[in-house]
Amino acid sequence: MTVHAKTAVPEVAADAIVQVRDVSKSYAGGVHALDAISIGFQRGRLTSLLGPSGCGKTTLLKIIAGLLPATSGEVVVDRKVVSGPGPERAFVFQDFALMPWASVLANVGFGLEMRGVGKAEREEISRHYITEVGLSGFENKYPHELSGGMRQRVGLARALAVRADVLLMDEPFSAVDEQTRRKFQEDLIRLREKENKTFIFVTHSIEEAVYVSDSIVLLSPRPGRVSQVIAPDIPRGSDVDAIRRHPVYLDTVDAIWRGLKRYLD
Amino acid sequence: MTLFGHRVPMLASLLVWAALWEIAGQVHLSFLLPPLSSVFIAMVEIVPTPTFLSALWVTAKAFLIGNALSIAIGVPLGLLMGRSAIADRLFLLWVNLFLSAPLTALVPVIMVLFGLGQTTIVLTVILFAIWIIVLDTRAGVRAIAPSLVEMAFSFGASPLQAFWRIYFWAALPEILAGVRLGVIRAVKGVIIGQLLVTIVGFGALFQTYGSQFQMEEFWAALVILFAFAFALAEGLAWLERRVDYYAASRS
Repeated sequence: MTVHAKTAVPEVAADAIVQVRDVSKSYAGGVHALDAISIGFQRGRLTSLLGPSGCGKTTLLKIIAGLLPATSGEVVVDRKVVSGPGPERAFVFQDFALMPWASVLANVGFGLEMRGVGKAEREEISRHYITEVGLSGFENKYPHELSGGMRQRVGLARALAVRADVLLMDEPFSAVDEQTRRKFQEDLIRLREKENKTFIFVTHSIEEAVYVSDSIVLLSPRPGRVSQVIAPDIPRGSDVDAIRRHPVYLDTVDAIWRGLKRYLD
Repeated sequence: MTLFGHRVPMLASLLVWAALWEIAGQVHLSFLLPPLSSVFIAMVEIVPTPTFLSALWVTAKAFLIGNALSIAIGVPLGLLMGRSAIADRLFLLWVNLFLSAPLTALVPVIMVLFGLGQTTIVLTVILFAIWIIVLDTRAGVRAIAPSLVEMAFSFGASPLQAFWRIYFWAALPEILAGVRLGVIRAVKGVIIGQLLVTIVGFGALFQTYGSQFQMEEFWAALVILFAFAFALAEGLAWLERRVDYYAASRS
């Protein structure tokens, strides 16, 4: 049984679509959140950022999104240095971040609207992705009329609608119940196969990371550093239920848990 | 409330008080308090008179212009204060000061500066109405979930787009609450302005009826004004409830 684990931090591959180069982040008041992070995210792959709370994984994701400036270092997306949000990146928020005063259709179309897409085209694209995430029939509902899981589907449809190459997901399933979370994880695997996108997925759940990811970046806490990059070789063919019984899945979960245990207490 | 097994509507209490007023008037408790029925008769008499209609028009104009300006200045200022620490530092102290100050004392100052005209009355309305609008709008902006703002920027919103598409709508429940309270204060402002500054509009009506002991007419004008202010506040409260559904789910 081989768990493809590398303890050494790899050089950032030159062909990676998202390249994080030597990024550090300190907050005023002396909190050192990230320390010299270098990671390359391969095109078309789903990479998880995994670590205990306080390891700066969300901070790193927001720096990649251009929502937070790095204190030093740079992020390059598609050969361009990031200086703010851009159309090639879309964000899925932990708390969904839906506009409560707007319908599902208007929420999904928000990104397109900001890009100046006309109303008719915007609604057509929005409807397509609302159907894609399984919410057809709910176009004219408002967020408070939907369950938590449905709200996150709206958040996902909004991110898909702008057809960005890179999807940044900040613990997207942590605010929904366990059954919904499992369904989401299965859907994410299917979505990944269907849409040729690069996913960067922040999670604190070891099982979730191993279940959905091509590659897992383990971060150590305070300050956040890359402690390990793991690429579990799990076949994600037709049967998504078989993944959780696959020996490599079980070994990888176990290996990560043993690695993370030392950071607790 | 139920009485003898029957549901009593909320407004039924008004009937009780109306009856008490009528009785107090009929037994001549005080010449200041005529029976309610004669007040209603006076109301029917004075409403179509040119004196009343011109008073209503003058008052309504000052009231509407004052409120419109209070909203047009107060809402953007509140949005700005909620967003910018510098603007907040600059204005918050003054807004709070004016909110709690006895504003009536300031009206003569406005009178000296702007004369005995409609301008002074409009400014008095603004003086009474604007501060609570600013403060409530500011509170609304500060209650916005940070992720909603990040969402707007991550999808490419410009600061101006974020302002109108996110901040304004997210703060709308508080803005409407501020406008409702501002409008109630504006009613005070317009009447105090008219009474103190220039004896025009409703202020002149109260002055005339009061000084000539025309108590029926005095009460009739007062009841109309009270009913108007109450209806306005209730109408805005209804509007507020229509957007309240998302105030709780916002953060």
